[in-house]
Amino acid sequence: MKEHVPHPDLPPPISNVGVIGWLRSNLFSSWLNTGLTLLASYLIYLSVPPLIDWAFLRADWFGDSRDACNSGGACWVFVNVRFDQFMYGLYPAAGYWRINLAFGLLVLLAIPLFIERFNHKGLLAAAILFLYPVIAFQLFAGGSFGLEPVETTKWGGLTLTLILSGVGIVASLPIGIILALGRRSEMPIVKSVSVVFIEFWRGVPLITVLFMASVMLPLFLAEGSHFDKLLRAMIGIVLFQSAYMAEVVRGGLAAIPKGQYEAAEALGLNYWKSMGLIILPQALKLVIPGIVNTFIALFKDTTLVLIIGLFDLLGMVQTAITDSNWLGFSIEGYVFAALIFWIFCFSMSRYSQALERKLHTGHAR
Amino acid sequence: MMKRIHAVATAAVLFTAATTTAQAGATFDAVKSKGFVQCGVSTGLAGFSSADDKGNWTGLDVDICRAVAAAVFGDAEKVKYTPLTAKERFTALQSGEIDMLSRNTTWTLTRDTSLGLNFAGVNYYDGQGFLVAKNLGVKSAMELDGASFCIQAGTTTELNLADYFRANKLSYTPITFDKSDETVKAFEAGRCDALTSDQSQLYALRIQLKNPESAMVLPEVISKEPLGPVVAQGDDEWFNVVRWSLFAMLNAEELGINSGNVDAMMESKDPNVRRVLGLEGIKGSGLGLDDAWAANIIRGVGNYAEAFERNVGMGSPLKIARGQNALWNKGGLQYAPPIR
Amino acid sequence: MAEPRQQECAPAQAAFWRRPAFRAALFQTLLVLALCLVGYSLFTNTLNNLEQRGISTGFGFLSQEAGFGILQSLIDYNETHSYGRTFFVGLLNTLLVSALGIALATLIGFVMGVARLSGNWLVARIATVYIETFRNIPLLLQIMFWYFAVLQPLPRPKQSLSFGEAFFLNNRGFYIPGPVFEQGFWLVGVAFALAVVAVVILARWARRRQEATGRQFHTVFVSLGLLLGLPLLAFLVMGMPMSWEYPALKGFNFRGGMVIIPELAALLLALSIYTGAFIAEAVRSGILAVSHGQTEAAYALGLRPGVTLRLVIIPQALRVIIPQLTSQYLNLTKNSSLATAIGYPDLVAVFAGTTLNQTGQAVEVIAMTMAVYLTISLSISLFMNWYNKRKQLVER
Repeated sequence: MKEHVPHPDLPPPISNVGVIGWLRSNLFSSWLNTGLTLLASYLIYLSVPPLIDWAFLRADWFGDSRDACNSGGACWVFVNVRFDQFMYGLYPAAGYWRINLAFGLLVLLAIPLFIERFNHKGLLAAAILFLYPVIAFQLFAGGSFGLEPVETTKWGGLTLTLILSGVGIVASLPIGIILALGRRSEMPIVKSVSVVFIEFWRGVPLITVLFMASVMLPLFLAEGSHFDKLLRAMIGIVLFQSAYMAEVVRGGLAAIPKGQYEAAEALGLNYWKSMGLIILPQALKLVIPGIVNTFIALFKDTTLVLIIGLFDLLGMVQTAITDSNWLGFSIEGYVFAALIFWIFCFSMSRYSQALERKLHTGHAR
Repeated sequence: MMKRIHAVATAAVLFTAATTTAQAGATFDAVKSKGFVQCGVSTGLAGFSSADDKGNWTGLDVDICRAVAAAVFGDAEKVKYTPLTAKERFTALQSGEIDMLSRNTTWTLTRDTSLGLNFAGVNYYDGQGFLVAKNLGVKSAMELDGASFCIQAGTTTELNLADYFRANKLSYTPITFDKSDETVKAFEAGRCDALTSDQSQLYALRIQLKNPESAMVLPEVISKEPLGPVVAQGDDEWFNVVRWSLFAMLNAEELGINSGNVDAMMESKDPNVRRVLGLEGIKGSGLGLDDAWAANIIRGVGNYAEAFERNVGMGSPLKIARGQNALWNKGGLQYAPPIR
Repeated sequence: MAEPRQQECAPAQAAFWRRPAFRAALFQTLLVLALCLVGYSLFTNTLNNLEQRGISTGFGFLSQEAGFGILQSLIDYNETHSYGRTFFVGLLNTLLVSALGIALATLIGFVMGVARLSGNWLVARIATVYIETFRNIPLLLQIMFWYFAVLQPLPRPKQSLSFGEAFFLNNRGFYIPGPVFEQGFWLVGVAFALAVVAVVILARWARRRQEATGRQFHTVFVSLGLLLGLPLLAFLVMGMPMSWEYPALKGFNFRGGMVIIPELAALLLALSIYTGAFIAEAVRSGILAVSHGQTEAAYALGLRPGVTLRLVIIPQALRVIIPQLTSQYLNLTKNSSLATAIGYPDLVAVFAGTTLNQTGQAVEVIAMTMAVYLTISLSISLFMNWYNKRKQLVER
């Protein structure tokens, strides 16, 4: 008896697989899509080649004055010459190593936090939060251990951006937690004070806050009390940021099931113990992505300090492009600043998304 | 728990007590105790106050700050600078954020009275003018009907412009920026037809243009702009120190004392010179300063003529003639009361 | 026998300072006291400082003559008007840029959010690049970029780009013909208002009929007809009481017509492109949050894709989108205060800038400015909460 041998499957039509199939299903699946594809291609054709041409092919990279820029493309010489200022502001060049050391130390300290098997993360995090700022401040400001003192008015560039956002996030977290707990409190006065505080800071623009902090604050304090302008800007940023942080933390607190609260109470833990040992550790873990997102927002918002006369990265760029020797290169300056900000923000947002995915494995759809 | 609450309450009470009782200490005492003068200057105006890329400040206005520091501490370097935009400057002074403001600020009645400020003198007599592109073909401000103007926000310039055009029944469009850098950039880009500011600033801003020859300053001067250092009201001693620091520079020029010959002048027999140098007369006691206060100013900063020539005069890129800013006995307006 | 023992076991009454109620009361009293103390000391310090330094106080300055000009004003303003009026000029400019920005950002956001989920690979990529680029660059930088780098290289007035001799583009702005309303134009306005009322009534009637009988009524075309037809009719009846005023080059600048100044354009572009990127993300997450089963169920019921999107997907997605949209609208409004960096005369630049500087009354001016932003923020969130509640009610 002849065994039935089925014909082998025919290969799918050439138009459904491979490059052509991909093109058909992703770019030309309907008349509308074809039109959109053509339009998009045209837009890309219009914008990308001239951009590459300007930024790379016809750009000038090296030199030390504007005479080096004669190819008609971007003049990266400008950025090159001013690079140190963009990074360190007016910090004396002899002290650059101190800034490098401080940030290098931070990176070194932070690396183990990302290693899964490292066991003392809590301890290390505490060191970074409490010990590191002291060391970093000594390095930046100097005045002890034989380091030359450097006034805060000379801090600037990317360094200042990082300092402001770092201090902003670290200091606003505890205040934010307290405000979030206050807002969920059952004590009516505590609750309303927290609500008013949070809504006030969330309702006003950061510029007015910075203006108040930079030139009006001494008016509210007793005469003779005087503190550093940078410090005052920081206080303004921290108060502003803590309101946003409070809302993020509140989201985390709300996401903890009621059973956890009740279980903590059933164990006889008092309020602070149940919050500190049961609720907050879970809630904070939940809101890490939210905190990173707030950090990104803060990182971008620090550019506003240039309006009150502190020179962060954008402030330094803004100063450099008004230098009469380098007039006419504002696009290069802005593009460079944008690139730096973009690299920081984009990598942080990727990190936060990855974290979100990792933390949400339990109830993924 | 109770302990903690106690601690919080105590801290709150202490904080309040500390903030309400620390009323003592006027500006002068505060300056002496912290060891430096906090001086408000412009965010950058060539010749008057500008920082180089190392953050060192120079300029005619900066020299007033340095003179005050030299008078108080004997060291012209004991100054910290706060760069301020025109919009921020009075608030910063009123709040006590800065001890003195030396930022090409025009002396007016409103500012002297309701803003709570005291003008210590005039270190530059100025007037408002216009900067236009040469190819605009304009020879007089009266031809600027319908033009748009780049101005720095929060200045008397803004008000004078409005007055001038209203009085002459002309129309105009103001475009205001926070910093003088920005006005010049916008002017260069063609956002406005003319840039208006104090004449001295126009010369300073003109050299910031890519091609200074392409722009010209119109002959009209539409206002009086006496510019000078300012302090907050409420501390007359401090006011005197700032005022007489400026006067010392002017008197030194009048008497021919400069940073080069100040030590030789110590031997002078002229009683006027000897009084300035603190060798006889009231010396520094009336001001609460060291006897050598004026000598320190001359040593550290120089007399008014030196400061002028170095920063805005022939020794600088601005090349402004003394004109109204010459001494009273040389056809100008600068007149300082005698030190005696 | 058992009773005494039970009494022994009963919890001993805690000392009064250990009772939660007492602690709560004590803690709150202390909080109030501390706040009062801090508030009182700030208040007296400020008053002392103001008095000691001879700074004027009070709101009397609002009626004084301002004496400075403002670049753009929606209401009649010149230098003889009062400081109080500069407040309204600034406020209206802020509201203008915020309202335009919100509209434009929503449009960009929805288009880009949908485009990112598009089946078209290229379109989806472009949308992704747009979103990831613009939301990761500081807004202030974007504003300055648009203003100093893109808009200023435009030609000078004499070399304006002209479109049909009616529209002119140069570095002083974009000049467009302005309508001049003549006598009798009021009727057109009235007709439009009537049309709006009629459309609302019609929509209600159509919905009620559909709920009662299941029959649909196509309101779209009828509404459009009403909205356009009625005013047009009034316009014709009154003998076309409107003409166009064309901008023309006179002296240094164009005069006549309406102008969109570069400051407004730069601010608007930056605000809407920046916020649009965030809205796009909100839209995407909203659409993704609607389970695919909903779409399949709608198809199974025989609904067409367009109807599915409109009646099934969007109403559900909106519930996720709206809260995020609210906070983006709030951010946009607050961010419009960055106008001061490029000289657009908004509330912060005019009132908290020039007016503050001329009068020196920082406390009053800043308090008024902050109060305005707080009011705007609170009203936007109240409105959006109300809208959100309405949308949530759809859920049964």
